[in-house]
Order: sequence, then C-alpha cells, then structure tokens
Amino acid sequence: MNIVVCIKQVPDSDKVTIDRETNRLNRAGVPSIINPFDENALEMALQLKDEHGGKIIVVSMGPPQAEEALRTALAHGADEAILVSDRKFGGADTWATSYTISLAIKKIEDVDLVLFGKQAIDGDTAQVGPGVAHFLDIPMITYAKGVEVTGDTFKIDKVTEDGYEIWDVDKPAAVTVVKEANELRMPSLKKKMAAKKAEIPCWGFDELNPIEENIGLAGSPTKVSKIFAPPVKLNKEILSGEPSEMIAELIHKLKEQHVL
Amino acid sequence: MSTTKELWVYAEQREGKLAGVVQELLSEGQILCEKSGYTLAAVLPSANGAELCQELYNFGAKKVYTIDDPKLADYQNDYYSRAVAQLISEKTPEIVLYGATTIGRSLAPTVAVMVNAGLTADCTELDFDVEAGNLLQTRPAFGGNIMATIICPDHRPQMSTVRSNVFKKTKLSDSESGEQIEYSVDLSGVPERMRRLESVHEADDNSIDLNAAQFIVSGGRGVGKPENFKVIYDLAAELGAAVGASRATVDAGWISHHHQVGQTGKTVCPVIYIACGISGAIQHLAGMQSSDMIIAVNKDPDAPIFDIADFGLIGDLHEIVPEFKKQIAAAKA
Repeated sequence: MNIVVCIKQVPDSDKVTIDRETNRLNRAGVPSIINPFDENALEMALQLKDEHGGKIIVVSMGPPQAEEALRTALAHGADEAILVSDRKFGGADTWATSYTISLAIKKIEDVDLVLFGKQAIDGDTAQVGPGVAHFLDIPMITYAKGVEVTGDTFKIDKVTEDGYEIWDVDKPAAVTVVKEANELRMPSLKKKMAAKKAEIPCWGFDELNPIEENIGLAGSPTKVSKIFAPPVKLNKEILSGEPSEMIAELIHKLKEQHVL
Repeated sequence: MSTTKELWVYAEQREGKLAGVVQELLSEGQILCEKSGYTLAAVLPSANGAELCQELYNFGAKKVYTIDDPKLADYQNDYYSRAVAQLISEKTPEIVLYGATTIGRSLAPTVAVMVNAGLTADCTELDFDVEAGNLLQTRPAFGGNIMATIICPDHRPQMSTVRSNVFKKTKLSDSESGEQIEYSVDLSGVPERMRRLESVHEADDNSIDLNAAQFIVSGGRGVGKPENFKVIYDLAAELGAAVGASRATVDAGWISHHHQVGQTGKTVCPVIYIACGISGAIQHLAGMQSSDMIIAVNKDPDAPIFDIADFGLIGDLHEIVPEFKKQIAAAKA
C-alpha cells in the first residue's frame, strides 16, 4: 500500500514570544517544526505500513528549507520525500496550494491513501486536505482518528462534535487526521543517519507543468488586504485582595454588563 | 462578472435539526445585507427542507433554497459538495457563509475549489466595503498575534467560515415570512465512494462541548494536581459551563484531551472564558483569545494571561474559584 503524507513546515509557536511593546511576534531564531497535526498523519501512515507493508512518501510544499521537515519525517520512518518548491508557487493561498500539491501527488504512482494533519497551526484553515482531495477526484474524510484497511476500502473512524462516525470509503482516499489518533514514534538513530544523506527531489514548475493562472499569487482568489495588531483591551480591571470581596465585585460588574 | 445580489448562509442540519451557528450567521447576514443591499438567503440540502424553512425566515432569511434528496439526509461530502456547488454555479450569489463545524470545514473548502471561489477560514469579524463591493473578512493569524483582513476581489462568491458564538443571534419574530425555492440536483451521476456505517452520539457530556459552550471554565498547571480539577468542574457545573484545560495539564494526564484549548486543541469563543491557573502561553491564547470576555485567575501578577483578560483576579485559585462558585450559587438562590 502506498501512502502519501502531506506535511507543512511551521514556526514552533511554543517558542514564539510576544513583544509587549509592539504586540508583534518575535520570530527571530524561532525553530521550524513539522506541523504537529501532520505528525499524527505520519504516525498513522507508519502504523498502516507496519501492518500492511508498502511505502510512505512525504510531500511538502514550501521554500527550499522545508527540506528539513522532510528529513525529519524520513528519520521517523517515511521511505521517500518530495519537496514541492518553486518561486512561482510563492504567495499561494489554500486554493492554489491545493492545486499545486495535487499535481505532485498525481505524479506519484499507485497511491492508495493521502493523509494530512487536520489543519496547520500557522494558518489554521483546514482547507488544503479537502482541496487536494477534490483536485485528485478521490473521496475525503476529515477529522479521522483511526483508519483500517478492509479489502478494497478503508474503514475510517471520524470524530464529530459530539461523538464519532464510522465510514466505509473506497480506495484511493484522502483523510485528515486529529491529534488524538496517536503520538509520533521517536526516530531511530539508523534512520536519522540515512535521512541526513537521503536524496530529496525538488519538483517545481517544470516538473509539475501547472496551468499558470492556477498557481502562486495569480491562482489565489483571496488576498490579504491589511494586517494589524489585535485590539488592546481597554477596560481591563485587575482585582486583588480578599477572595470574597474580589468575587463580589466581579459578579457585580458582570451583572452590570448583563453577561450574568 | 454578473452575479445575483444575494448573501447565502449554508443551513447546516443534522438529523433534521439546524446547527445553532446557522442562526448566528443569518443574524450577521441581516447586518451585512443592510450594508450591501443584498438579499439574505439560506441554502438547505436535506431530506425534507420544508420543515426547517420557518426557523430560517425567523432569523432573517428572505429566501430558502431547499435541495431535497434522500441522499442528502445525512452529510456526505461528495453529495453535499455537488449539490451546493451546482446551486452556487447556477444562482451566482455574492457571498456564502458557513459555520466552522466539522461539516462546514469539510464542505466549504471542497466547494471553494469546485466553483473557483475564495474561502477565508474562521473569520471573527465580517464587514462590507460598499465602494469596492467586497466582503471584508477579518481573522486572527499566527496564533492570534496578528489580525488579517482578507478580501476576494476577483472571484465570486466570496466565502467564509465562522465559528460558533462569534456572532450574536437576532431573531426577528416567530412568524416571519419568506419564500421557499425548491431546487433539485441530479446526484445519480455522483459515484458512491463513501458510506456512513455508524453515527454515535456519546453520552451527552456537556462539559466537553467546548465549541457550543456559552461559558468555559479552564484549568492550567496552577490547578496543581488532577484531583484539584474538582474546583474547576464545580464552578463549571454552577455556571452551566464546559470545562477547558491547558496543554500542560492534558500532557500531564490530569484531564482528557477532549478538554484541551489552544493551538493544538480546540479554538473556542464563548461569552465568558474563565482561565484558572493558566499562565497564558501563546499556544493557549491562540485557542481562546477571541472569547467575548476573559476572566483570569492567577497567583502571578505578571502572567501573560492578564494581558488579554478583561478581569484579572490575582490570588490563589483554590480559594478564589470555590468562592466564585459559592457566590454564583447564592446569587441564583
């Protein structure tokens, strides 16, 4: 069984701090990591491979340094990695990104399953998985916590707001994976060493041969019109002292504002 | 680009019941339609849409496009996306809003690529630029430290997803009138590639329904040990609130991951979020800072949570939280 896992390199938000003066992110020196939810997608692929054999191909679209995230994925046990990168792909929103990644996956032979994390922690859109699935014309289940192979189909356990659903889905399929599915295994030393030396092909414009108006900025229906710091809370009140007095004052204020 | 001057709300239903977020989206739609002059409409794929139209009219929909088909009784991504995309292509609305539910977050991105529309996720504010005719979609980015306003100048429709509780519900009356427009989509050509075998609603544990909760009481490392979460649960029960938790407490095994709020947990926006013993790591703030009101309880006056709190209570949560519960109970009596 061949499984493609799409991963994204994101800044490690735990290490990001806020500049209290400017209310901006201090991103200098912040390490990049594999999007945490993509780790769950990778582990799901590894478990399926443990059970059924096959090959895991990790795909990442991003600037050249995204190669690092791919090497990390190889160290954790992925078999092959492909970097999707080209200056012409830059500025892509989720529409253009979905299109571009789908072209890369189409070049990979005999794919049975395409896995994604449920969303990326930098953009939080959760849009690329469903977008890619549509461009590949394969069925898609979001928010999966378990995938089993049952003959020609997958049995997928999907998380909902108040419970879960079990779906039977034809191969090939696309699935986005939630955190509670699993925890990514540690990389082995041997694989770590191999990952350092692994050759990672880079597929750009010439390799993917996209329709030009579908990629990069031009292929992105959404545009950022402005960016601003979040509004500062103006009527902030800090209370201290006796708990009973603090709470009495708080409840009084909440009633005044009609929120209680 | 010729379009119909309509703003649509995707009327999400499960088992014949509309999702609460639909009323919120229609209410915001009323405001946007007043600014834009567009007509507010709802699009309702289901097995029997007629039953739900009145509720949609009551929240301001002037038209409801019903798409009835036995295949649309329950959400199935292929059928639903085909139905909604076909209706959009034919009627060409200016704007389509979806709830950012597990369903909305599957349907909207699929439809967006099908109809070549722009889609902005999890907007916290919507406005209309009358001059340019664009929807202004504001959302947090990079963990909420930056707000970005997104526009979609050259593609229609403009589509957004919005989480529960972001917009307030405004019901016009119990007997508004509107027009039901029955639309049929031929789904026989859509291959049946996925089948729902089972749908399970777990015991109705309100304490974990963080997305729909009006109030959330959350505990962090300051709670100290797993059994101390009782004070958090007690206050939550008194308020009818859901229980949230920081990643540290979930990672430590004090409480289940269902409760985790933050970048790798749930993103919530209740009316009141009460953060107890949570210092306010950026990854936690990303999940709750769009709450209407934030009350923080912490021993450390320098804790970053106080930067975003409306009310900061400096002190020991083990004294303050039980006191809070006691006085709420007394106020109700």
